[in-house]
Amino acid sequence: MGWGRWAWRRLTSMRTAVVLLILLAVAAVPGSLLPQRGVASDPAAVALFYRDNPNLAPWLDRLYLFDVYAAPWFAAVYLLLLVSMTGCVLPRCACLWREVTAQPPAAPRRLEREDAHARLTVEEASASLTAAAAHLRSRRFRVVETDGEVRAEKGHVRELGNLAFHLSLLVLLVGVAGGRLFGYEGRVAVVEGSTFTNIASSYDALTRAPLADPADLEPLEFTLRSFDAQFETSGPRLGEPRSFTAILDWVTSDGAGTTEVRPNQPFDANGTKFFLTGHGYAPQITVRDGRGDVAASGPVIFLPQDQAFTSDGVVKVPDARPTPVALEGLFLPTAARGADGIDVSAYPGLVNPALLLTAYSGDLGLDDGGAQSVYTLDLDGLVEVTGDDGDRWRATIAPGETVRLPDGLGTVTFDGVTRFANFQVARDPGKEISLVAALLLLMGLSVSLGVPRRRVWVRRVDDATVEVGWRHLGRRRCADSDSAALTAALEHDPDNHPESAT
Amino acid sequence: MQADEMALWSDRLVLASLAALSACLVTYAVAAALAARSAGRAPAPILVGGPEALTASPAPVTSGDRANALRPAGTWLMASGAVLLVAAVVARGLAASRVPWGNMYEFGLTASAAVAVTFLVVRRGRRVDVVAPWVAALVLVLLGVSVTSLYTPVDDLVPVLDSTWLVVHVAAAIVAGALFTVGALATLAQMVLSRGGREGRGSSELGDLAHTVHLVAFPIWTFAVIAGAVWAENAWGRYWGWDPKETWAFITWVLYAAHLHALATGGWRRRAGWLAVAGFAAFLFNFFGVNIWIPGLHSYAGV
Repeated sequence: MGWGRWAWRRLTSMRTAVVLLILLAVAAVPGSLLPQRGVASDPAAVALFYRDNPNLAPWLDRLYLFDVYAAPWFAAVYLLLLVSMTGCVLPRCACLWREVTAQPPAAPRRLEREDAHARLTVEEASASLTAAAAHLRSRRFRVVETDGEVRAEKGHVRELGNLAFHLSLLVLLVGVAGGRLFGYEGRVAVVEGSTFTNIASSYDALTRAPLADPADLEPLEFTLRSFDAQFETSGPRLGEPRSFTAILDWVTSDGAGTTEVRPNQPFDANGTKFFLTGHGYAPQITVRDGRGDVAASGPVIFLPQDQAFTSDGVVKVPDARPTPVALEGLFLPTAARGADGIDVSAYPGLVNPALLLTAYSGDLGLDDGGAQSVYTLDLDGLVEVTGDDGDRWRATIAPGETVRLPDGLGTVTFDGVTRFANFQVARDPGKEISLVAALLLLMGLSVSLGVPRRRVWVRRVDDATVEVGWRHLGRRRCADSDSAALTAALEHDPDNHPESAT
Repeated sequence: MQADEMALWSDRLVLASLAALSACLVTYAVAAALAARSAGRAPAPILVGGPEALTASPAPVTSGDRANALRPAGTWLMASGAVLLVAAVVARGLAASRVPWGNMYEFGLTASAAVAVTFLVVRRGRRVDVVAPWVAALVLVLLGVSVTSLYTPVDDLVPVLDSTWLVVHVAAAIVAGALFTVGALATLAQMVLSRGGREGRGSSELGDLAHTVHLVAFPIWTFAVIAGAVWAENAWGRYWGWDPKETWAFITWVLYAAHLHALATGGWRRRAGWLAVAGFAAFLFNFFGVNIWIPGLHSYAGV
């Protein structure tokens, strides 16, 4: 029992709080230096780190260093800190309540030991005390007058702000937990002209919180009518993005409409928000098989690889007869010959679009039931298509052009270019709570750091002398104007009357 | 006036300000040297005799007097440097027709102006001129790095920055950063002075300055982080994602929170100064390190 009390005292002490705060700051550092799972900037970063550091990565992973902010040791630090804080703050709430309901305390015996002290000669001490009490009341002190003494106190709101600040951190935790437990987050790429329906299978990636209801996806669909991107056309920042606009025709349970979506301007469907986070090109490709039948046709999403939108993608044509075909391609919106003789894109806009193709034939492995990415080829069972010279077959085509595959595999037509837009989809039911907590936190903090708290006593020494003592209940000395104004009120100085004092 | 002409004027004003601040630094350095010489010859403080002693017998002009005469000149030079800088910031904003903190150069420029102005404001009524040369030096370095390594011509914003939250969030970060800078310099100066046991020589006034500045800066920094979170929710769909920039803003916040708690903790008051300095280091790393070395969602700011 005694040991438990000792441990609790230790945990809720200020010293522990300071140490835990330092620990929290240190614990947050590795997550900013190592790639993290679930951090939006680059989803492949952890896999890339694994490939580059095959020996080190598993050890880091065991220490949760790729999931720092979900790690047990990180949670231990902030939960201990919150417990320590709550244990410190709750007794202080009770203490504040007692102080607010109690009267300002009696003057200490020796006022000259206080932070500021003065002995004043006045005409009549009792009149001065009355004047001092009136003055302090007008300055919104809580005042008690006794025989020969005025006790006053101001600034309880400072401690109130302090407590509100600390307790708002608990509210913030509730808000964060709300999002983590009930929200969801997804990503989807939508090609111009195509329609997105808000069901789980439409998403490229969907992360649902453990307690989120699977049937809870907002019923809605939208068609990406158009996507427009503008880039800097000259100067040293050539190719830097200047504006993105997606136009959506949407249908929700409330009705239908058209909305423009831009960065910083999401589409909000009853709290499910669609954020425009990226874009790219989807060349329209038609593949005719060896028999001349259309085996695949339509836009294919090519993922951008660099700032100039050099993009790569694949076209899988399992239905081509007699032989299934797969194409691997590079799309260049503005094709240019690089210094090393390799074709690259020189500008992100569509100036000189070109499609560079290679081909494979054989079993695409789509029928054995295994999951496959639409952006990569499973090369098992595929054979590189070679040209007449025996080298690998390659072709570069512009929009409107058709190229014939070797060995009577068929033809490929580059019909044109459409764009696709990436949407980040989020629903966070805890975010309003977090916002309220943040505002409460800010208000509490400003009050607790900005409002001074002090006590003042005025005591009659003899008929012509009073004594004043100020005590600051905080680290900061309070403004001299307060004590000057009180002195003036005590001396009945008409030039420095409390109402005119600043 | 044409936009590119305006941009040219901004660049010229920056150069003029660099000149004024360099002169300021030299003046302060000479004043400090003279003061050190006079302190070496006559250890007694100059005003020890009180005002009557001064009027009674006019003392011969000493190097200490010359130092005292030079310091106001240094302050005037810093003030003119600050005015030129503010004008440069305004011209840059007019040239770009937007707030002048859309890339690292502009952030560095505006932050330099903010540090200089902040110091000139908070030094009033305090005997803290011992840090003035260090403030001048730091502004010079920040401005110099901005001009030589971070300079970019005036241009439009990338779409993700085109938001009113850019005005609010970055402005709050700059103001808080300027206050943190002055606070860190005052804290370091105070720690150096009190280590030498020279408590009386302005060390407590420096401590008071640092404390006041930190009390103002901390809520502003909190606001900057909250405004950033609101903006992130508006742009990316989540208000907190542990992006490196967010992480270091959090680390900065936690270190300053630790500093403020340590001030009220027995046995930690001396170490509290180091926590403030660590918080400032985290702030600096967030601006330079995170922008330059760490990829993340905030990497669009145009190094």
